[in-house]
Parts: sequence; C-alpha cells; structure tokens
Amino acid sequence: MTQPATPARQDGTLLDGGGPGGPSKSAAGDNRPWSARLFRADVRTLSLIGVLVALALIGGLTEPDAFLAASNVQLILTQASVIGVVTVGMTFVITSGGIDLSVGAIVALASVWATTVATQEYGFAGILFTAVIVGVGCGLVNGLLIAYGGMVPFIATLAMLASARGLALQITEGRTQMVTIPSVLDLGERDAYVLGVPPLVLVFAAVTVIGWLVLNRTTFGRRTVAVGGNAEAARLAGIDVRRQRLYLYLLSGLCCGIAAFLLIVLSGSGQNTNGNLYELDAIAAAIIGGTLLSGGRGTVTGSVLGVLIFTTITNIFALNNLESATQQIAKGAIIVAAVLVQRRTATSHTT
Amino acid sequence: MAPESPLPGAESVTSADAPPLLTMSGITKSFPGVRALDGVDLEVRAGELHCLLGQNGAGKSTLIKVLAGAHQPDGGRITWRGDTVTLKSPIAAMRLGIATIYQELDLVEGLSVAENVFLGHEPTSAGFVVRGREARQAAAGLLRRLGHPEIDPARLVGELSAAHQQIVSMARALSHDVRLMVMDEPSAALDPDEVANLFRIVADLTAEGVAVIYISHRLEEIRRIGDRVTVLKDGRAVAGGLPAKSTPTRDVVALMTGRNVEYVFPERPTQVPEAAPLLAVQGLTRAEEFAPVDLEVRPGEIVGLAGLVGSGRSEILETIYGARKPDAGQVRVDGRPLKAGSVRAAVRAGLGLAPEERKAQALLMLESITRNVSVSSLPRFARVGWLDRRAEFTAARRATRELSLKPDRPSAPVRTLSGGNQQKAVLARWLLRGCRVLLLDEPTRGVDVGARAELYAVIRRLADDGLGVLLVSSEIPEVLGLADRVLVLREGRVVHTAPARDLDEHRVLDLVMEGSPAS
Repeated sequence: MTQPATPARQDGTLLDGGGPGGPSKSAAGDNRPWSARLFRADVRTLSLIGVLVALALIGGLTEPDAFLAASNVQLILTQASVIGVVTVGMTFVITSGGIDLSVGAIVALASVWATTVATQEYGFAGILFTAVIVGVGCGLVNGLLIAYGGMVPFIATLAMLASARGLALQITEGRTQMVTIPSVLDLGERDAYVLGVPPLVLVFAAVTVIGWLVLNRTTFGRRTVAVGGNAEAARLAGIDVRRQRLYLYLLSGLCCGIAAFLLIVLSGSGQNTNGNLYELDAIAAAIIGGTLLSGGRGTVTGSVLGVLIFTTITNIFALNNLESATQQIAKGAIIVAAVLVQRRTATSHTT
Repeated sequence: MAPESPLPGAESVTSADAPPLLTMSGITKSFPGVRALDGVDLEVRAGELHCLLGQNGAGKSTLIKVLAGAHQPDGGRITWRGDTVTLKSPIAAMRLGIATIYQELDLVEGLSVAENVFLGHEPTSAGFVVRGREARQAAAGLLRRLGHPEIDPARLVGELSAAHQQIVSMARALSHDVRLMVMDEPSAALDPDEVANLFRIVADLTAEGVAVIYISHRLEEIRRIGDRVTVLKDGRAVAGGLPAKSTPTRDVVALMTGRNVEYVFPERPTQVPEAAPLLAVQGLTRAEEFAPVDLEVRPGEIVGLAGLVGSGRSEILETIYGARKPDAGQVRVDGRPLKAGSVRAAVRAGLGLAPEERKAQALLMLESITRNVSVSSLPRFARVGWLDRRAEFTAARRATRELSLKPDRPSAPVRTLSGGNQQKAVLARWLLRGCRVLLLDEPTRGVDVGARAELYAVIRRLADDGLGVLLVSSEIPEVLGLADRVLVLREGRVVHTAPARDLDEHRVLDLVMEGSPAS
C-alpha cells in the first residue's frame, strides 16, 4: 500500500526535452552526472576494494618480504582462479533466485573422471574435454530436475553433491590419480606464464570478463535477473522461466568443468576430495560481493572481489603461520560484517 | 438475555433496551492515498447476529482489522461493555474477548487440531511442558460444542477440509472467553450443507449470548440468519441497525450504491466499428472455477467482466492468457487458435496481461522503469543475444511518454512510482511489445482516486488506437463507465450480457448478488 512520493526532477540535466531525437547522456538511460553514477553504482565495489587494500596493508606490514613478492601475488591469484571460476557460475545461479550446492562435488567428479588412465590416453584435449563435459552433464541433471522436475534447487543440488562425490570416490577408490601428460603439467610451470601472469589466472580473468558481459549486456543476463527478481512476473511477461533455469545450471556446471581442469593443472592430479566445501566458499564470496541470496540482483565484479578477499586472508594467515582455525573465524566475521554493511546501505537507498 | 431459541428463521432475539456490547463511533483510518474509513459508527449488542454489508472497497476489511487490533485507527472511539478501550494489538483484542475469523484462515497446517486451538495459550505443567492430553480433551469438548465431534483433535490441520478448518478456527476463538466473534465471509468456501451447519453453530453462539459480526455478499443468507444490518459505503456507515429480515433488498442495494465520489470516464466512441473479433473465446472452462465462457472482443472495443471476488473473473482472464490450463474450450486471436496453457504462445499472438497483483505478478521491483518496460521485448533490442541498450532505452522512453508516465526518467526504480504510474509501466510494456489485446485485471487497484481518471483515459485511448481490451473489475461503476459491453458473472457463470449503456449499478449489483434479473 505504500506509495512513496515520486522523486522530483533534480536539475535541468534531467529535462532532455529535445524530443525523441534528443541525445541522452548515456546508452544505459542514466542521466545523472557520471561521477554520481560511479559513486552510486560502486559504493559496494569500492568498499570491497577498500577491504582488499586493507588486507594487503596488513599482509605487507606483517610479512613485508614474503607477502609483496611477485611470486606470492601470483600464488594468491592462481589459488583464487579455481574457486573464482566456480563463483562466477554460482553468481548467475544465485542471481536467478537459485542455489547450487553441488559445485564442489562436480569439480571433484570432473577432475577424477578427466584423469583416469583411459582418459589420459587421449592427451591434453581428452582431459579438457572430459572435465568440461562431466561438468555440463551434472549441470544438465541439476537443471532438468529443478526446471522441469519441479524440485527445489537446494534439494536437487544437495542430491547431486552426494552422488557426484560418491561416484568420484568409486572411480578413484580413494587413490590420487597422477597426471602424466606433459602438456597439461607444463601449463602450471613458470615457463608458461604470459608476461608474468599464470595461464590459470588468464582463464579466470577471461571467465570473469565474459561473465560480466553476459550478466550485464545480454538478453540472457537480463532474463536471469528477471527470473530471480520475480519469477511469476517474468513468466507472465512471456519469458520461458524453466528454460532459463535449465541454462543457468548448465552454466554453473560448465564453470565447474573449467575449474576442474584448472585444478588438475594446479595439482597435477585428480582426487575425489577435490573441491571440498567449494559450495560454501563460492556462496560466501557471492554474498559478500553483493549478490542477493533471494535473487534479482547479482554482481560478477563483487563476487570476484569476494573470492580475492578470502584467498588473500588465507595467504596472510599461512605466511604468518597462524592456525586455520583462526582463519575460519575471521572468514565468518567478514561474512557477517559485509552483510550488515550491505543491509545498511540498501536501506539508506530505498528510503 | 436470549428469551427464545434463535433457530434459523426465528425472529430477532435482541431486545432494544439491552446495553450495547460494542460501540464504535467516528472511526477513521487512512492509508497513503486512500481514506479507508471516514468516520464509521457501529453498534453491536450481546447475542445478536450483526451483518456488515458493503461493496468491495467500502471499508469492511479495514473496519474488522481495527476491531481485531491489527490496524490502529487514526481517530474515533471504541467502547467495550461500557468502557472506552484501545485495541493495541491482536492479543489485546483477544484478551477482551473479540475473536476474528478471516477468510484466509490463519491456522498452522503442520500442527494438530488441538495444538492449533490452544496455540499461544497451551495448558502447561511447570510453565512450559504442554499437557497434550488435556489440550486434546479440551479441544474435543469445543468441537462437540460446535457440532463436530467427528474431528479428531490429534489430526493435522493440513489434512482437514476447508469447512473443518473453519470449525477449528472457531474452536480456537471459543477457547478464549469470546464475547464477540467477527466472521469475514465464512460461507464463501462452503458447500450448501456445510453452510447449514455453519448457520446452526452461529445460532447456538448467539443463543449463548455471544455477539457475531457477519460479513457476507449473499443477501439471502443475511435475511435468513441476521438480526440487524449495518451498511458501509466509501468508508462510512450509511445505515446502522436496520432490521435484517424486513428491510427490502431494493433499499439495501440502494444504500450500497449511490456514491459520493464521481469518477470521470472518457467518452465512448459513438459506435464500435464492425470488424472481425480480435479475441474470440469459445466454451472456455475450468471445472472448479468457471462454467463455459463465450466472449468476443473487437478492435477498438472495451469489454468488461463484472463480478464479486470469487466469481471467477480473474481466473477467466488468466486462463485466456495461458497462465492456467483450461479443461475445455478454445481461445482465438485474429481467428487463429491459441495453444492452451502457454503464456508464451499468448504473448506471441499479441495478448498482454496487466495482472491483479501488480507488485507480485507484474513488476520487477528492484529494477528501473526501462527494464520493466522492455522485459517482454528483449529480443527486439538484441543481436545474437547482445543488447543494444540505447535502442532499448529510447523505445522504452517512447512508450512511457505516450502514456505520460511520471516521472519522465526511465532509469528511476519502478518501486518509487505511485500505483497509477506503476500500472502505466505495465501498460507501456505491452505497448512496446506491440500487443493487440490487453487483459486488465483490476487496473485501478491501489491507484488513488485522482489518478484513476487519467488511467481510464489512457485505456480508452489505447482502444481508440485499435486495441481490444478485456477489463475485469470488482468496482461496478468502473466497468459500467469504461466498458462498451459488459458480461456479468456470478459464481463462475456469465448471468447477463448487455451494452454498458443499458445497465446501471443497481441492476448489476442485483445480478451479481442474487443472480436473477430483477426487472
């Protein structure tokens, strides 16, 4: 019943009364000055960057030599790549109002399936192809169950978590499957770095950029947001909500497949324990980045910053030889703080 | 206090000299843009069945919510058994002995009957251990008193029929020391024999001295069991304490209509051009909701569906649109049959729906005006999925300007708009889509009086541009003022079809309430 007063026009720049042909200030349809837009759009992003800078300062002060070394920065980014790619997919799913608890298990299954002796006979391409196909296949099952089987995402992906982990254990029988293909292992070596950037990080960057473009500049992204914001309204507006949901879980599966390949390169092996608790890390990163768990709003930039924050914390704790217990507590505190701050900024925007 | 047994059909049992149990005087309550109660007076005596009548929007729901402590009145006085009281909360009202049974029953489906009955005041040992057997026995006693000993107090409420759930709700009310029971359309969801049982229960309650406020649209019920009637209209009581059994229907209807607020409706075109129908519906049926419906909408024509809540009007609209699957029948657009039960097929064929619950069913509340307007036309602005946001923005702005949506700032979040402008955003969506037939479900709900006239003008202008419009409204003057042709619905059946200019409010109200042409 509330009908807030319509905002008054603020200044002349809003009166682009030059007729239909009159130039608008931006294609996005936002006529505010660019500085205002940058500030408004990026209060959240800027605060995340601020946290990252603060962490870098802490790292630089406590372990000045080790933390700021190029090799350590490369390490942080490499470690962030695997979970980062998973988080980009997770961001889409959460934005649509869903959840994918199976990402860690899918990464495990894809990584072991792609490193069996049989698969390795097909070399580099065989490993990459298998990892991606297994990821997409699991995503397909998730998507069909949720979109067309009417299952709740939480339950369907929980079931996938259990079965994919079980299947991964069955394949490996608990053994570590070493990779013997040199071209795969070489990708993780220093010689493969491009201008000092590890190839894994390049993949992460590419997935991030593509994810951002898809979410913000395509009909697919717009539909994802619409389905998450109000599925019933999207349906009545003529959007095929079920097909969109199917695509989203396929996308998340695809990201898991790519991440599994990155993990194979990074560790030189496939293990059924890979990707343990990735689902929680990915959800946490997306949430502190500003993606709404209830759907309807998502930010790839925020998610990636969230991943970098968590990875940097892990790194600093490791460099300082602190227990991982303390690290877990710090992570929890950061999640709570980030969400509380976001709630405050969100309410100040709406009132 | 009750000298004779008040069986259904018996004469009034309340003596005029009994002091009133409840007196409400000059109650006012405003919501943003609406004055829901504008000085209502109501007097209820112990042991009487007091009927509350009024059209949709007359203020009945707001009034009973004030009485239940769910809404705080802005002004006025409530006297309860001689003392002035404030009903700060539902618990406060309950403590005084006022129980309200809403249409949407507020039971917890996953708890048992006994647990629901004593929810919040369970018999306990040591303050927190629930004495389950005692609760079940007490619940069984209450159910016996209500004439339903067959309901097992241990069963889950979710397993019960709607009628039995209502009984549980009444048992809960009786578990408190209730002196006034407010019932909002209790018979709406019941079968005829269940209604007879309801009447018996209500008669027993009043015989015990409990007062009942009874809301119903069915005049014949009120005649049968009512003692006195208060009629609400536009937030005021236009008549209080009329004898329920002897006041002529004509007089009651006259009191409910004849409004003070005059809406300005746009002029109708002198004649609707003879053309092939844009929308043709034949024998469309959903067994539980509405009987076979036939209707046609021509280009330039506004067709109205008039009926009460529960008459099947929204269901018909949503079935035409494909949001519900019909049991039988066909929808044709431009002569071509539409795939049943597919919203996407309907949208592609040129249908557009402005649904009843704008916020829940139409709008993306976190998004801008532009994105709400363009959401149904995205492929038009995209090449292989890549959006041309400038084209999107320009087109959306053209559509919103055509409807004079305010503010003229397409990047504004849609949640900051008034109800009328939110509705325009929904209409702009379909205008941009190039839609041919608009289905409007309660287009002015939540739109304040001043903005309505403008919305009416917009709808008429769209029709003049060649669109067909199918309009559903529970406000009869709105249907009569805006539509060219009107179909009157009662309980899922079209009972009358006529040009709007041949009908008046009395006639339509007679039709929707009694179902028989009165003249």
